Amino acid sequence: MKIRRIWIAALAALVLAAPMLAAAQSKEVFIPLLVYRTGPYAPSGIPIADGFVDYFTLLNERDGGLNGVKLAWEECETQYDNKQGVECYERLKGKSPVLVNPYSTAITYSLIPKAPVDKIVVFSMGYGMSAASDGRWFPWVFNFPTNYWSQASAVIRHIGAQEGGLDKLKGKKIAHIFHNSAYGKEANPTLDELSKKYQFELSLLAVDHPGQEQKATWLQVRRLNPDWIFMSGWGVMNQVAIKEAASVGFKMDHLIGNWWSANDSDVVPAGEGAKGYKGATFHAPGTSFKVHADLLKFVYDKGKGAAKKEDLGAPLYNRGLVNAMLAAEALRTAMTKFGNKPLSGEQVRWGFENLNLTEQRLEQVGMKNFTHPVRVTCEDHEGSGPVLIQQWDGKKWNVVSDWIAPMRDVVRPKIEAAAVEESKKLGYTMRDCAKEK
Amino acid sequence: MITTDRRSRRDSLQGAGRAGAPPATTLADTRDGFVRRATVSTILKTRVAGGVIYREAGQFKTTYGADQAVFPVAQDRVVVAAAVVAAFVVPPLVASDYWLQAVLIPFLVYALAAIGLNLLTGYAGQLSLGTGGFMAVGAYSAFKLATAFPHLNILVVFVLSGLVAAAVGLFFGIPSLRIKGFYLAVATLASQFFLVWLFNKVAWFTNYASSGTITAPDRTLFGVVITGPNSTAAARYLLALGLVAVFAVIAKNLVRGRVGRAWMAIRDRDIAAEIIGVRPLRTKLLAFGISSFYCGVAGAGLVFLYLGSAETLAFDISISFLVLFILGSFLGAAFIVLMPIVLANAPHAIGLRLPVALQKQIELMVFGGLIIFFLIVEPRGLARLWQITKEKLRLWPFPH
Repeated sequence: MKIRRIWIAALAALVLAAPMLAAAQSKEVFIPLLVYRTGPYAPSGIPIADGFVDYFTLLNERDGGLNGVKLAWEECETQYDNKQGVECYERLKGKSPVLVNPYSTAITYSLIPKAPVDKIVVFSMGYGMSAASDGRWFPWVFNFPTNYWSQASAVIRHIGAQEGGLDKLKGKKIAHIFHNSAYGKEANPTLDELSKKYQFELSLLAVDHPGQEQKATWLQVRRLNPDWIFMSGWGVMNQVAIKEAASVGFKMDHLIGNWWSANDSDVVPAGEGAKGYKGATFHAPGTSFKVHADLLKFVYDKGKGAAKKEDLGAPLYNRGLVNAMLAAEALRTAMTKFGNKPLSGEQVRWGFENLNLTEQRLEQVGMKNFTHPVRVTCEDHEGSGPVLIQQWDGKKWNVVSDWIAPMRDVVRPKIEAAAVEESKKLGYTMRDCAKEK
Repeated sequence: MITTDRRSRRDSLQGAGRAGAPPATTLADTRDGFVRRATVSTILKTRVAGGVIYREAGQFKTTYGADQAVFPVAQDRVVVAAAVVAAFVVPPLVASDYWLQAVLIPFLVYALAAIGLNLLTGYAGQLSLGTGGFMAVGAYSAFKLATAFPHLNILVVFVLSGLVAAAVGLFFGIPSLRIKGFYLAVATLASQFFLVWLFNKVAWFTNYASSGTITAPDRTLFGVVITGPNSTAAARYLLALGLVAVFAVIAKNLVRGRVGRAWMAIRDRDIAAEIIGVRPLRTKLLAFGISSFYCGVAGAGLVFLYLGSAETLAFDISISFLVLFILGSFLGAAFIVLMPIVLANAPHAIGLRLPVALQKQIELMVFGGLIIFFLIVEPRGLARLWQITKEKLRLWPFPH
């Protein structure tokens, strides 16, 4: 009885002490990483988290941090769950972070209202709330290089090109299979609008969390017999969907995943059946870039890598690299104005908003031809970056398209309208970008 | 909140004896021999008890009113009153944002839901797995009400959303008249899935948000922002605590009154209860309605006070199980909310840098192990442990 009491007391003391220990901080830039390495979303979560950590390790090992300021980070497991994500955010908030990558659209939605209050930049690269692309309403949220709505329009453009022109889409049947959550639904309004514009028949097929059971959905697919399928899946849902598609005999090159649904871990379980499956992306797959050589030299050869060597170059691993690079470059931008020292939340926000990642700069960071240049402005936190289509040949991903521009004429007005709607909920007012600098 | 201890068993028998009978003012006339015996035994026990701190000896009850007080023992009164005052004063002053936001607020929200489910499952004996669904009803109606009527007082919004949840609960409680036990659990499971599906499917509930997420707007009470992004964690904590305190008192009074006794009669033997005049239809539906009201308010609290924004996944079946595990007491809620956080922070605090995946897996294993451990050591739950503590305290420092 006594021992038990001591244990309980010890545990209680530990918990009480934990946040206090965390408060003691040295001169570093601290970046919390909300990851999920367990649960049904781990197949997608692990490579991203590894890419992220590896790039930061590379910066610290090769360059001694960012202009001499070391990067510090801590992972927190969210299991892609809204509640655990909020708990992680609150826990790591004690370490005075300057930006957060939620890696879940639902968690992003939870953190967006907190961002201006806590002065922490929410960087949801290619996910989260599409409406937040309008920087006039959402100064603290960034989702460049491109968002779900831009992606959906680029994929429709690609489908149009395959059919021989956007006018040929008339009467075609396109299905959107989506994860039934904030994330999966995000593309629907744009697809809906495009279906009216180009007169294709859109079917929306939801797959419930976690997505292991999809028989009913694919039965519907057989009944509908769509010409094309666009998929917004995540985690274990992707591999199940690709396996189902293969088993119902759907033409794999007419099944296009969004950029979260086209990773090695998604196609490998389906084996030969996955051959021809396509996916959107905004950076190249593979390891033929200078940054990967540097990773091997400065990180992996020293035994500090987070992943296995052979997992480098998977699309989601590379996504983690791109995300970490963009965050680092935004911090660098902030340092050009505020000096090479640990930065405050406002300063980092300025860095994000004035990020201008040129072709030349990409070459300097070893990512030439790896991803597209990005320019962020006060009005535009997204940049309408172009999209690539990659295809799985049974062994690896190959890029099979040029950079496809999103339909900015369709997407941007929608973003501006949605930003007004979303801001109304939060009681925001629009800022005047002419006065910013 | 203990459901099976001697006191409530006595209550239930008493209730069975007078269900549908005249109101409490004429209690003295309807008392039968059995109850008098029970009272005598209580007196004997208190006489024999010779503890030092927790000493009931000498506290004689001269009126039925005193005997039936919420806390008949003076020490209980003092301790509970002190605890409530401390809960209102201490955390807002000393606790960090993390503690308020990630530990105390969810604890209070789940405790409220657990009180609600305890009324239904613990007192009325109707097993329900629909808690998550009823919480979703509360959350979505609070969102709709708060956005449709921006000037409506937030407390009114909470109560109204509770009432909406109660109405839905009444509807889904209808099967309880024909089926019971596990079969009823399955029927309530249907409500869980149906409600979550409904909120996911019909965009009207989310004001046509493209992502289907609801967000708590800023609302003030007495000029202080208490919900939404601009509210402080302390303000939200106090509101949550206030809600829990008020509704806990109401629940306590419900279960020791006519309604609660009717519930317990139904729970203990529904046929017998019916024979002695408890109306099953009214009693069971009332339990469903009131329980859903609590769950609805807790659901509104989950979004407005804790998460700030949520999608339907926040109300999936796991939350029903979670609340079911808590069932019974504040101790349970504390265990369910605190334990994962203790386990998540413990390795760090002792300087152990584990990979997050390994840490999570250990956390899940230890948590699962602890649940099984408690079930084996004390199958009647944490509430029973509390009761044992009280009994031990009664004798302390003399072991026999």
